[in-house]
Amino acid sequence: MIIARILGTVVSTQKDERLHGKKLLIVRPINVDGSDTTGYVVVVDTVGAGYHERVLVVAGSSARLAQGLKDVPVDAAIVGVIDTVDVN
Amino acid sequence: MQLARVIGTVVATVKNDSLEGRKLLVVQTVDRNLEASGKPMVAIDSVGAGVGELVFWCRGKEASFPFKREDTPTDCTIVGIIDSEQHVTK
Repeated sequence: MIIARILGTVVSTQKDERLHGKKLLIVRPINVDGSDTTGYVVVVDTVGAGYHERVLVVAGSSARLAQGLKDVPVDAAIVGVIDTVDVN
Repeated sequence: MQLARVIGTVVATVKNDSLEGRKLLVVQTVDRNLEASGKPMVAIDSVGAGVGELVFWCRGKEASFPFKREDTPTDCTIVGIIDSEQHVTK
């Protein structure tokens, strides 16, 4: 899993019906020290995360294993909101 | 699977119900000389690893296999603790 920061939202009306009702967000992967990396990913939110929060993103087919995403065509999902990262 | 060093912990109170009770650790992948290589990742622990330990981890969907596999959304799981650095033959 990677740590990412929420940059914004995505609105899509025409989409796979299994994505109906799912919140789509744009996130940017960040380093463990909180500094930004490049690029962004569109993810489905499963926990109710908000703008600029640090979140845990699971990628690949494992994203479908999150509760509420069974058989949903996604390859990246937010599965947690990070309180602290403690790196020695 | 890849070798890594556990370098930290992550706390997330709000999380997907299927991750409830799981321990989240920051792992830094290392190469055969045990030097850091690549970016750190957040992994779920399935073996009771701790900070500072040398471990190996599994990526992809297989990472969910140590748990209730259809139910645990993880793409990075620690699946073993290496006994000591001397046990890594270069």
